Amino acid sequence: MILYELIEYDILRVIWWGLLGVLLIAFALTDGFDMGVGALLPFVAKTDVERRVAINTVGPVWEGNQVWFILGGGAIFAAWPPLYAVSFSGFYLAMFVVLAAFIVRPVAFKYRSKREDAKWRTRWDWALFAGGAVPALLFGVAVGNVLLGVPFYLTEDLMPMYPGNFAMKFVGLLRPFALLAGVVSLSMLLMHGAAWLSLKAEGAVAERARAIGTKAGLVAAASYALAGLWLAVGVDGFTLGEVAANGPSNPLYSEVTRGGSWFAAYSERPWILIAPVMGFAGIAFAVLGLRSGREVSTLLWSKLGILGIISSVGLTMFPFILPSTLDPNSSLTVWDASSSHQTLFIMLIVTAIFLPLILAYTAWVYKVLWGKVTEAQVTENSETSY
Amino acid sequence: MEIGLVELSRMQFALTAMYHFLFVPLTLGLSILVAIMETVYVMTNRPIWRQMTKFWGTLFGINFVLGVATGITMEFQFGMNWSYYSHYVGDIFGAPLAIEGLMAFFLEATFVGLFFFGWDKLSKVQHLVVAWLVAIGSNFSALWILIANGWMQNPVGAVFNPDTMRMEMTSFFDVLFNEVAQAKFVHTVSAGYVTASVFVLGVSALYLLQDRHKDLARRSIAVASAFGLAAALSVVVLGDESGYSASHTQKMKLAALEAMWETHDAPAPFTAIGFPDQEARETHYALEIPWVMGLIGTRSLTAEIPGINDLVAESEVRIRDGLIAYDALMTIRDQREATPPEVRETFEKHSENLGYSLLLKRYVDDPRDATDEQIKMAADDTVPGVAPLFWAFRFMVALGFSFIAVMAYFFWRASFRQMQFPRWSLYTAVAIIPTPWIAAELGWFVAEFGRQPWTVDGVLPTALSASHLSIADLLITLAGFIIFYTILFVIEMSLMVKYIRKGPYLDVEETDAWRERHERRLRSDAEPSNVANNPAE
Repeated sequence: MILYELIEYDILRVIWWGLLGVLLIAFALTDGFDMGVGALLPFVAKTDVERRVAINTVGPVWEGNQVWFILGGGAIFAAWPPLYAVSFSGFYLAMFVVLAAFIVRPVAFKYRSKREDAKWRTRWDWALFAGGAVPALLFGVAVGNVLLGVPFYLTEDLMPMYPGNFAMKFVGLLRPFALLAGVVSLSMLLMHGAAWLSLKAEGAVAERARAIGTKAGLVAAASYALAGLWLAVGVDGFTLGEVAANGPSNPLYSEVTRGGSWFAAYSERPWILIAPVMGFAGIAFAVLGLRSGREVSTLLWSKLGILGIISSVGLTMFPFILPSTLDPNSSLTVWDASSSHQTLFIMLIVTAIFLPLILAYTAWVYKVLWGKVTEAQVTENSETSY
Repeated sequence: MEIGLVELSRMQFALTAMYHFLFVPLTLGLSILVAIMETVYVMTNRPIWRQMTKFWGTLFGINFVLGVATGITMEFQFGMNWSYYSHYVGDIFGAPLAIEGLMAFFLEATFVGLFFFGWDKLSKVQHLVVAWLVAIGSNFSALWILIANGWMQNPVGAVFNPDTMRMEMTSFFDVLFNEVAQAKFVHTVSAGYVTASVFVLGVSALYLLQDRHKDLARRSIAVASAFGLAAALSVVVLGDESGYSASHTQKMKLAALEAMWETHDAPAPFTAIGFPDQEARETHYALEIPWVMGLIGTRSLTAEIPGINDLVAESEVRIRDGLIAYDALMTIRDQREATPPEVRETFEKHSENLGYSLLLKRYVDDPRDATDEQIKMAADDTVPGVAPLFWAFRFMVALGFSFIAVMAYFFWRASFRQMQFPRWSLYTAVAIIPTPWIAAELGWFVAEFGRQPWTVDGVLPTALSASHLSIADLLITLAGFIIFYTILFVIEMSLMVKYIRKGPYLDVEETDAWRERHERRLRSDAEPSNVANNPAE
């Protein structure tokens, strides 16, 4: 099949780099408010009915939202196999924690209201809280570590290696800068969850959500600014030597040096400044919206903020995907860590067919479920509600 | 490579995969049974069918969520624990997994929420469509997963690229229409349909024994036994198809699960029972049925099925051939673009057997240093554990045939004996509820254990595929999974029991109102002139 040569290999690589961003951002925009609602649960809802209202705002949609995450994993596997291999095993115990959160969360949604017992429900509420807050924090920590560089290297056979003690590897992820990045992601998703609750819930739940969301938004903006400053002055970047953008996907074929600043990207490609601007503007208007009680526009602004923040990371690092501190030459970049030309092409065709379909039916489902979840609804449909 | 690490990684994968497959078969089958019941409801408007849909739908939901949750583990685990595998074959293997998400999982997960929450928000037909979309999504999901797994069994449409040190796709079409994958898909989903049918049958039989919910139970048995009979037949037919394709794609697996040590003159006999002895390479007290094996395996009277001893000899030849490829590969790895073209030519000529040379990595760092003895040991390694395969396969087949008998019996009683079921048959139906799960797990054991020592047959040895983690990493996660999964299992079972005990929610008012309308319509049907004035409800 020569059909795949219709699109140049390097262009396909850039497209798939963009699609990876699309999937991660879609995950943050949809499942992000599910996680936010989970993390907000103990603070916005005091009684059982209030909690059920909060949970039922995401009840019918969290399952579909979570697929963005699963699809993201699958797309990394299919389009960026070395990234999948190195990151999932390199962050082994952290991944296990995220995995545990993503297992316990669905079960908590589904099983919580299947028994009347108050103790039973409280336990699942904690599960929902942890299942939302822990991954929301850890995703940011992971991104922070990627910006700092990850201690791995590839053998000549391209076997990923990560020397060092297992416990230290896990604790070692919690570096100050990475933790700050974790604060950014957690506060950003709290704000997002609050924006969602203000749209879908009413009364005390919505009010409390707006109050907490305002604060979370301010923390998100401040920590994002601080992280940017830190990145500019306190974090070494990486520089890619000469590379064949159409060459084979072998990270060892290119030379990488550590040093310089990630911020060099902004002088090379000034237009990427639009990303952090979107980030700040989105948060600012979302905070204003939360304070004044606007609903739909607040959620949209919050989405814009998240879009800006996440894309600013990718655009700053381009073409790096996963830099290595142990052996910079092993660093994974857009030009040397992708699937083969043919696989990228086939996957692009499949995505071009199914992604619009997914967006269409997801939009339809949200339309059907449009409207606020009320206490009356939950108590009347006690059997079918969460 | 430490043996302990690989063994632990395998144990963890086996544990989490088999656990995942406790929930998958029921999801596959029950989603369709529920959609069938809802179809009957929409066509007939009888409230009982809606109550059935909702009742079985509740049980479906309790099961479904754990299938989803434990499925994430599977997707993560390739990267977490099998990172060299992920690098080595991700170019091919990742694609079906990603397509599964795009095409199937998104569909089922997006609509399953509407299935439970949408009863009041959707029209009847809309809700029916949603139910079918969930069922179709689940089943398509299985298709793509089995295409991925089929490729591990029969890696077609890919070659090794020495520049990227991995397998790369040459034909998506071949990967998609891999005969192993197609047979496996139908075999596996049919097994899921049987599982759900046995489950519905068993729970309904329990209700009949307890003398409650008889309307629901009888109708459920009628649906489950008809569906289950067709599925049980399909499982066996496609299982036979899998055996036939194994005779030319996975000869070693076939020989091992039949404990065929020597190549027999065609047509080979089938060993019904015996005690395989791996050390001595013979089967004690074998009870042989002449011709049967040759007929099943090759569908001919003249084609031979090679025995284990001959296949080991062939492996040795392939290891030695693979070493030529390995040597050329090392030159390419060092010299890159500067590699002389004849070296690349040599590599291409022998690359088919590269994987066999990698079997030596268990014994030496550089396979080229291997002694003759080590090569012999590596060739012996290509034989999986014969006795466990032999027995697991026979138990699975016996269970498979017994499902046909059970389903046929209930179908006959339901269709031709006015749905009257003797009590002994109801007790049997309750007692056999766990058996389809046992059969399904045995089936996966045969498929995966039978492929050893490979993760990808003939391409990548299991021992090389695992991530270089520490033993402590593995012990922590393995202990975590065991504790965590045990708790979830106990919770799930307790909820299943609670909701089965509680039984369906019967809307008495709705049912009475319907009965009244129905009787009125029956009366008016007796006076044909009025029929036209009574539109169907």
